[in-house]
Amino acid sequence: MTSDNNHYDAIVIGAGPAGLTAGIYLSRARVKTLILNEGVVGGQMVLTHEIANYPGVESISGYQLANIMKKQALSFGCEIKSNIKIGDMDMNGNIKKVVLSDGTQFTSDAIIITTGGRSRTIGVPGEEKLKGHGISYCATCDGDFFTDKEIIVVGGGNSALEEAVSLTKYASKVTIVHQFNHFQAFEHAILEAKNNPKIDFIMESTIAGFNGDERLESVDIKNLKTGEVYNRKIDGTFVFIGYVPNTEFLKGKLDLNQWGEIVVKADMSTSIDGVFAAGDSITKRFRQVTTAVGDGTIAALAASSYINEIKKSK
Amino acid sequence: MLYTNLKHIESAADHAKILSENENVMVICGRMGPMCIPVYGIAEDLEGEYSHVKFFDMEFDNPESHVIRNLPEVRGFMGIPFTIYYKNGKVVKATSSIQTKDQITTILDKEFGAPVK
Repeated sequence: MTSDNNHYDAIVIGAGPAGLTAGIYLSRARVKTLILNEGVVGGQMVLTHEIANYPGVESISGYQLANIMKKQALSFGCEIKSNIKIGDMDMNGNIKKVVLSDGTQFTSDAIIITTGGRSRTIGVPGEEKLKGHGISYCATCDGDFFTDKEIIVVGGGNSALEEAVSLTKYASKVTIVHQFNHFQAFEHAILEAKNNPKIDFIMESTIAGFNGDERLESVDIKNLKTGEVYNRKIDGTFVFIGYVPNTEFLKGKLDLNQWGEIVVKADMSTSIDGVFAAGDSITKRFRQVTTAVGDGTIAALAASSYINEIKKSK
Repeated sequence: MLYTNLKHIESAADHAKILSENENVMVICGRMGPMCIPVYGIAEDLEGEYSHVKFFDMEFDNPESHVIRNLPEVRGFMGIPFTIYYKNGKVVKATSSIQTKDQITTILDKEFGAPVK
């Protein structure tokens, strides 16, 4: 059952910079707004140690900027529920419905989806079990645990190559494993990695499995050209294979592109009336805090206009 | 410096005092990095609900965090944060690296009991 208290003018799903901005704009316009967030408020922004290119703010940590945005949204009356799990959504029709995994239901006239993205994992046996026990996704966090040890870096983009170079400060040897015969990184990053004597490369290969009981002991490497799988002893593995949009729950419900990004028009409206999207989960080239904030603003203004029309027609 | 909204443990003496004065304690020892911040955020969210548990963080690079880094329960850990759950001053559970809210509440419920609603 949904009580009147659980009906909002707008529900924003996600509390990164796009979602918090939408919450600020909507609440300030006296649009009754609820932000539902499956993770920590701030999204990917909180993971940024220093933001020095956010106009008007010389330097701030992502965590602090997220806290200010949250405070701002709350001050205008926006409600925020974080670390929840969404069970189901019905976005068709004039009244949209969101059901949490604990059965709580919320309804709204409009929805703004700002679910962002997350680091991609390899998804092979042993990965979940050995995370934190030899498998890492953050060089600055865990690099020093691998001092004088041999490690593998998986990936071929800028993050993988730059982090591989930074990990040579600690590791005795770094092997980059990449699925293609070329890298996607910028030329300077490729050159820096190739010129580093501690780094070698295994191309056209992927990790097929991680082995070890209490800590990572070896990996299974699959040669994608020959299909051969062989075992290699290793102390650690760092994974940098890009980001995926958090849109799995939207498959079949609204238009996504081939990469799972939400297709939006210039006003951030989606293929469903009254459903808008903003931030890293939409189709776009540049993903920055500033672009997310811009998207969130546009989505909020468009949603606000949509809600006013709906209210007028009632 | 950890700029979370959790209470910070600054020294080994603070750590000992907290453990002696509280039955159920969770300490997250990390940095302001991508594996740690989600765990701090979950703890901040759970503080109100789990009023029978005291939540703290401690900076991994603070030399005083040897009280956590040298625990036998974290031997083999190779990813921060090190999250330690203490009952009456004894370690009952320790985890390495990022954890989900479900993983954390499962441990809290098992070791300290679910919150009374």
